[in-house]
Amino acid sequence: MREALALKDHRSESQIYVERAATGAVVVLVLFSLLILRVGYLQTVQYSDSVARSEKNRVQVVARPPVRGLILDRQGVLLADNRPSRNLEVIPEQIVNMEDTLFHLATVLEMSEEETARFRRLSGRTTRRFESAPVLFDLSDEQVARFEANRFRFPGLSVQAKLVRNYPQGALMAHAVGSVRRINDRDAASLNATAYASTDHIGKLGVERFYETELLGQVGYDRVEANARGRMMRVLDGVKPINGQNLTLYLDAGLQAAADRALDGRRGAVVAIDPKTGGILALLSRPAYDPNLFVQGISHQNYNALRTSMDAPLFNRAIQGQYQPGSTLKPFIGLIALGGSTVTVSDSIEDPGWYQLPGNERLYRDWNWTKTNDGGHGRVNIEKALYRSCNVYFYDLAVRLGIDRLSQDLKQFGFGQASVLDLPDANAGLLPSRAWKRATRKLPWYPGDTVNLGIGHGDILVTPLQMAAAVAALANRGRWVAPRMAQNQSFEDAARSSPSGAGQLPEHVWEPIIGGMEKVVHRGNQIYGENGTAWSYIGRDIEYRMAGKSGTAQVVAIEQGEVYEASIIEERKRKHAWFIAFAPIEDPKIALAVLLENGAAAVNTRRQWLVKLLIIIFWKGPVLECRTSRWRGANERRFCSKATRRSNKFSKPSWGVYLVQP
Amino acid sequence: MLILLSIVSFGLVVLHSASDGNWVVVEAQLVRLGLGFGLMILIAQIPPYFLLRTAPLLYGLGLILLLLIYPFGTEVNGSRRWLRVPGVLNFQPSELMKLFLPMVLAWYFHERHLPPGLKPVLVSCLLLLVPAGLIIVQPDLGTGLMIATSGFLVLILAGLPWRYMLRVGALVLISAPALWFVIKDYQRGRILTMFDPERDPLGAGWNIIQSKIAIGSGGFSGKGLLNGTQSHLDFLPESSTDFIIAVLAEELGFLGVVSLLALYGLFILRGLMMSLNAQDTFGRLLCGSITFTFSVYVFVNIGMVSGILPVVGVPLPLVSYGGTALLTLFAGFGLMMSIHSHRRITLL
Repeated sequence: MREALALKDHRSESQIYVERAATGAVVVLVLFSLLILRVGYLQTVQYSDSVARSEKNRVQVVARPPVRGLILDRQGVLLADNRPSRNLEVIPEQIVNMEDTLFHLATVLEMSEEETARFRRLSGRTTRRFESAPVLFDLSDEQVARFEANRFRFPGLSVQAKLVRNYPQGALMAHAVGSVRRINDRDAASLNATAYASTDHIGKLGVERFYETELLGQVGYDRVEANARGRMMRVLDGVKPINGQNLTLYLDAGLQAAADRALDGRRGAVVAIDPKTGGILALLSRPAYDPNLFVQGISHQNYNALRTSMDAPLFNRAIQGQYQPGSTLKPFIGLIALGGSTVTVSDSIEDPGWYQLPGNERLYRDWNWTKTNDGGHGRVNIEKALYRSCNVYFYDLAVRLGIDRLSQDLKQFGFGQASVLDLPDANAGLLPSRAWKRATRKLPWYPGDTVNLGIGHGDILVTPLQMAAAVAALANRGRWVAPRMAQNQSFEDAARSSPSGAGQLPEHVWEPIIGGMEKVVHRGNQIYGENGTAWSYIGRDIEYRMAGKSGTAQVVAIEQGEVYEASIIEERKRKHAWFIAFAPIEDPKIALAVLLENGAAAVNTRRQWLVKLLIIIFWKGPVLECRTSRWRGANERRFCSKATRRSNKFSKPSWGVYLVQP
Repeated sequence: MLILLSIVSFGLVVLHSASDGNWVVVEAQLVRLGLGFGLMILIAQIPPYFLLRTAPLLYGLGLILLLLIYPFGTEVNGSRRWLRVPGVLNFQPSELMKLFLPMVLAWYFHERHLPPGLKPVLVSCLLLLVPAGLIIVQPDLGTGLMIATSGFLVLILAGLPWRYMLRVGALVLISAPALWFVIKDYQRGRILTMFDPERDPLGAGWNIIQSKIAIGSGGFSGKGLLNGTQSHLDFLPESSTDFIIAVLAEELGFLGVVSLLALYGLFILRGLMMSLNAQDTFGRLLCGSITFTFSVYVFVNIGMVSGILPVVGVPLPLVSYGGTALLTLFAGFGLMMSIHSHRRITLL
């Protein structure tokens, strides 16, 4: 501390300062160079990487869903369209406390117990938690308003408007059109994630499923500039989605509605086919369900009710229901027999009311057999065997044809195979054969089986759709048309679906059989036992010619295992009633198969439903056009698009639908 | 003066862009700059000997204000930095200390023989550590360290023997591992983040990752003013304050950064010239300290934004948007101008 007393040496102090300042300046220079190097490094070496990352920050790709194609009937009536729906969506990852959020949300939106449970289930998924998923569907205006007012309390939740499938015809078209369902996690695993990037639904049944690709369209996307909080600032560019194709079906909503009214709430199925094209004009299965219930996800309660109902409304009787054809098989056996010259038109047998195989005690009875063995139809040729539905004649014919001919030749009418082009869920039915019986029952084919097959009983099973297709081939005098739902679709495998042997029968076989079927309906005012079987309840009321055949099928088994009231069981043990027909005979416009489950109870019931049920096609009849227009007037406004309405005004329908009243 | 104006106008342009073309922000900054210039001119009129005399008084006042924070300070974001006189003014005593500390140290060494011996060094360290410590416990580590740095700069410029510095340096190095356990978690996190921003890309690392992307994507000539996506789409946080250099780098590229650094360099050079021209120890030390502190601010800010230093809340001088720090800067320049313009009069 000696220096403390010394005089201040300004010169040396200044010297020190200069020295230090110079050092400092050098240090600053070095530091600044360091900065320049660093910034230079970032802007050259890491330039492209940074540009990529800033682009990734900035640009987000947002998928734009295509609008699902409409499904229209042949007149342009909407069978499936799209309606806007506002759903509450959640991004699970962004929810801090799900229970808290749910509690407050339930109060704000007045959610029901079930909605709460569903919210919990849908938001509780473990995969893709960063994606927005809908949890509450079809919010009302009030709910939307209440949510938006409280929005700040619910980060991670938002209301999104989307188009969802709508079925304006409800249950009427449920089994014909099918329906879409919400894509679940299991579906998602097997789907093309890009194609379904912002689509929530997929066709699960029927036409909706078969034409999924066409109806879906192609997804588009927008490249949007988004800020750090994910808010879209502007759309940069993108690809527009290509909306799904509209699908026009052969189906006629008016015919379908008429068939539905005719069934009058009974269980059954109606399938009508245009024999010219194979187009399915009506495909009705009753009871049905409202497909709209499934679109946004059906509640457990509703689903269980549908699933466990004894009436099985989810079951598509028209294409999946397999029944014995009963007497409706007879015309086809007749065709085979005439074609193979097993019999001729003039051959006849004596029907005592029963049939016995040679060397066998068992009696195969005719339907008018009596215990005193004095029933029977007397002298019967093939025409009479049809219009009187003589069993004995066909027992005899079947035995003479033999099982091998039968199982081989019945194929040409589509029995035993699913020949419909665009209904993937259709069943194939069952056409028995020796090989089949050996394989499945480990039993040989007995002659008695052949006898039963002669009247469409025993093992043979057909669906109403198969029956209608067979009738169409009959109406076409042998020309096979594969049944189909959608118009203007080319099917690569159409040829394959044509049954083997179709169209091989000689020309002379058709008129006798069709004539017999005509008499089923039109031969009347004869002595007892000489009228057509359906004349008394159909033929008397119509002024045009149709070919028809009634049938009765045994109920194979009561499937329901649960205990029901005796009267219900009694009702369900009744035989099923069939009716097949086509009209008009000379230039068939419609081929029809109707099945009424347990419908063959009393003559009165049968009469009633058959009369009510017969749907008859006319062509340019002035009276009927008037009726048709009335139906249109009422429904057009509800179901048709504007464009369709306009075009309907100018083109008069070439044919109409008419329901015969009892 | 010219250089100062160019930096300021450069800054305004960048700020305009950083604030999404918001003129209100630019106007507010202009008002502050006007105030700053006014303050600078005002302080420049004060004769240096007056500054010299009042330095210890001001330092004492600053200390008292720092202490007053404890009973009367307002807590913002968990730290007490602000002193509020309702309806009158609202300020951070630490900002005052940024100038008062170099002043008092310059005053202290002005009276002493240089280079300083051990005792004056210890005394000056005490003068330095008390306010720095008070600020650090507010807690405001960034400002505390910067004030300590400005004080040390006076010491070094005063001729602090290199051997002391070596010893202190060695001591700091040895105690560094111990320091690691003393500092708070978030501070530790910041240091870790500097080395590896990706360890928490959406949290602590976010700022630095985004600023590096912003700088890097600027390239050589930048995306053009108002075209920076990182800043305009809010990926870059604090884009008009601490991270404004990233906006500049993104929109004006390497050229912009180098131009700004060149301006800063010229400004610092000018400051050093002023300090060399000063005629007494007080003037020299004060001018030098302010100039070098300014350089440190520039380095720390750009270093932090470009990811070579941990994130500390240090604004980019003259460019970042913000009030008090700007005024302090201008007051500092005022001090330098006072010393510079009065040199003939105060000639001894």
